[in-house]
Amino acid sequence: MIEFWNSLPPLVQSIALAVPPLVFIILYALVVLYMEMKVAAHIQDRVAYMRTGWHGVLQPIADMVKLLLKEDIIPSAVDKVFFRVAPYVVFAGTYAAFAVLPFSSAYIGADLNLGVFFLVAISSLVVVGILMAGWASNNKWALLGGVRSAAQMISYEIPTALAIVVAAMITGSLNLQEVTKFQDGGILNWVVFGGPLPLMQKLLLLPFTLVTFFILFVAGIAEVNRTPFDLPEAESELVQGFNTEYSGMRFAMFYLAEYANLFLVSAVAVTLFLGGWSSPFGEFMSGPVWGIFWFVVKAMFFVFMQIWIRWTLPRLRVDQLMYISWKVLTPWLFACILGVGFVLVI
Amino acid sequence: MIEAKTLPTNYVTKPGAIKSSSGKTLRTEEMIVNMGPQHPSTHGVLRLEIIIDGEIINDVIPHIGYLHRCFEKHAEHMTNYQQVIPYADRMDYCSAITNEWAFALAAERMLKIEVPERVEYIRVIMAELQRIASHLIAVGTYGIDAGAFTPFLYCFIDREKILDLFEMTCGARLLYNYVWIGGLSHDLPPKFVEQTKEFCTYFRPRIKMINDLLTYNEIFVKRTANVGVLPKDVAINYAASGPMLRGSGINWDLRRDDPYSVYDKLEWEPQIGKGEVGAVGDCWDRHIVRMREMEQSLNIIEQALAKLPEGNVQAALPKRIRPDKDAEVYVRTETPRGELGFYVVSDGTASPFRVKARGPAFVNLSVLPEISRGAMLADLVLIAGSVDIVLGEVDR
Amino acid sequence: MTAQDIHDKLKAAFGDAVQEAKLDAMQPWIRIAPNRTAEVCAWLHDQPEMKLDYLMCLSGMDYNNGKLGVVYHLSSIEHKHKIVLKTECPKDDPHVLTVSGVWGTANWHEREAYDMYGIIFDGHPDLRRLLMPDDWDGHPLRKDYKVQEFYHGMKVPY
Repeated sequence: MIEFWNSLPPLVQSIALAVPPLVFIILYALVVLYMEMKVAAHIQDRVAYMRTGWHGVLQPIADMVKLLLKEDIIPSAVDKVFFRVAPYVVFAGTYAAFAVLPFSSAYIGADLNLGVFFLVAISSLVVVGILMAGWASNNKWALLGGVRSAAQMISYEIPTALAIVVAAMITGSLNLQEVTKFQDGGILNWVVFGGPLPLMQKLLLLPFTLVTFFILFVAGIAEVNRTPFDLPEAESELVQGFNTEYSGMRFAMFYLAEYANLFLVSAVAVTLFLGGWSSPFGEFMSGPVWGIFWFVVKAMFFVFMQIWIRWTLPRLRVDQLMYISWKVLTPWLFACILGVGFVLVI
Repeated sequence: MIEAKTLPTNYVTKPGAIKSSSGKTLRTEEMIVNMGPQHPSTHGVLRLEIIIDGEIINDVIPHIGYLHRCFEKHAEHMTNYQQVIPYADRMDYCSAITNEWAFALAAERMLKIEVPERVEYIRVIMAELQRIASHLIAVGTYGIDAGAFTPFLYCFIDREKILDLFEMTCGARLLYNYVWIGGLSHDLPPKFVEQTKEFCTYFRPRIKMINDLLTYNEIFVKRTANVGVLPKDVAINYAASGPMLRGSGINWDLRRDDPYSVYDKLEWEPQIGKGEVGAVGDCWDRHIVRMREMEQSLNIIEQALAKLPEGNVQAALPKRIRPDKDAEVYVRTETPRGELGFYVVSDGTASPFRVKARGPAFVNLSVLPEISRGAMLADLVLIAGSVDIVLGEVDR
Repeated sequence: MTAQDIHDKLKAAFGDAVQEAKLDAMQPWIRIAPNRTAEVCAWLHDQPEMKLDYLMCLSGMDYNNGKLGVVYHLSSIEHKHKIVLKTECPKDDPHVLTVSGVWGTANWHEREAYDMYGIIFDGHPDLRRLLMPDDWDGHPLRKDYKVQEFYHGMKVPY
């Protein structure tokens, strides 16, 4: 097996390594579609999707088939190239970030020493895609939505990056696989509870890491454009924001990218703070295959949290959004960085 | 002589020469954005022409008339005053009983009919149930405008129970044709009183639940406080009524200040906005006025149910409705949206000579440009939502 | 204040602008001249003992005898009294002075009266059609109104 793998040319190896996340994204999209609709329905005191299959489990497949069969409508006055390219740019930005996610101790797409840095950088590609979509749509509402979204995502990358810096300070590495191995050994070794450090340091670090994790999660929701930060696609204001002119499969690409982003943001938070693929029980239920299980379960829990928050809270206005990012989250994170640095040095 | 303006030619390519529909020339940094007749959050077919400078609104020009159904012309051609009642229903379709009641009151005043007391109490109960149902729509859709999708579903669950009560009584869920001139079309069915009492006990804690979920939510408060402030003098000058007027701190409720029916025999308080989270007269004040009015309506219903006398609901129905020549009357009632007025003029025949419907949503909407200048685009949706318009009433 | 008081004070202040009055009707009304409406209404609005600051309704009328008219229903929030004012103008030259400077709500009501009856309100800041499309022919609520056959190629009566 291993000789066969090593005999393949590197290009084929890379492509083979890139396929599992894609398959995972597509399967996961079906699951999260179903989950979102069902969770939304139960929060709203109704049931959804009872007809197709047992309690509607086949509905996402039906949705996918419907989107594939839809007529591809391209308005005549749009920018020919950018309109078509934009959904793929958005999806590429998210998909590329999956390369550095450690699904288990045995599998990681690309074991970069700068994993974290790469993550933050490549997910900025999404902003470019959204701006493209907003501009190319030749629609004032789409333009407004695209510009707002770009401003929002750029602003919230600062708290994300700063929170990642805190985690990097505690674990001492930017390599995501290293970060996860650092937290191996049980729930108390997780960075959110202070990391595998002496008790005194842990207790001092605890408030900072909890706050940082919370801010990372909030900034993550803002990065994904979900309520309460979903002004760019605020259905009740901008019709659909930068998505307005898209229909059929292109629209599906945007939504695929959004759901993939949901997972990405949860996965990053889980890897950096909650131990990634390591089991919370230490030795029990750990190993390469269990690693995938734990990783997916932890990330899906936060995906569920994001869906829960979406259907509970109203949305923030653009200037309030910006205010929160620049004047609330960033100063708190600076304080956390100072605090963590201080605790680690003494 | 002032000529009526023809269709505006908006998009002239010379810079600075773009004109809005009201004739104002735009500056080059301004942009006209259209919140068109079809839009998820304009609560109906309303077109708002917005002149924005970045994100700040410089002017809003509402265009209405997409739902104009010629109610007043129809009313002049009816062969009977009773036939106008179903048309009046369909004006404000979210609150149909109050429309019918206003018109029936006008006809009854012109004919000088006294309706039996049972009829008065039933009308009050129905109108207050209708008030709760209408406010539930207003509150639910206001949550959607703000991005909170869940309170809408909760409000509609409660509204279904009210619509069940209506269906039990007159067979219709939304447009009833129930309040007739001189009485009602049907008496209350046997189980109505106990089911309504059950509803009242069921609904009271739900108001608190919606308040916890939406009204006092930090994000909602930040979105609606100090937004769309309607000062007192502007409110009176623009003849705002209902929660728009009371939200600005003016203690004026037609049920108490221009009383009709048996409201003066029941104990309840008009709710006024006090500026609890921001300026007096902002969107949050109007919202909380509606929430508190629902509670007051429950009080009224419970008292009216307790005092409900026996009697025949069709005793005073006149055979021929023929008011005197030159009889004319303007009657105003307090609907969930404000003051609904009917100015009915008779010429001695069986059809009305002129019926003018003064819709509260029509008048409240005219104040929208005044309160949204200087607001942000995202606020406009919330301001328009807080006016609580129903296009059927705006356009008639 | 009773309708009689209002009428007497109005007559004292404006003399011949006050043309007719019916004070024993169910809702007493006073007719004023169409070219003096703004003055009279401003006076009624500002006078501290009248303080008729709430324009409840402004309706156009077609009296079917060659005359159009406007009916104003005024009330006072402070004093809680009401009065009805009327004006009349000939159908072939209908001009009434606008009161939109006195009450902001008159703006839309007068636009609707113009739209439905063709009454031209002199001095109105933005007299356009309100409910009907901007290029509609005729004024629908007039008693002698005939609906147009075609509108932009669509047959109207059905």
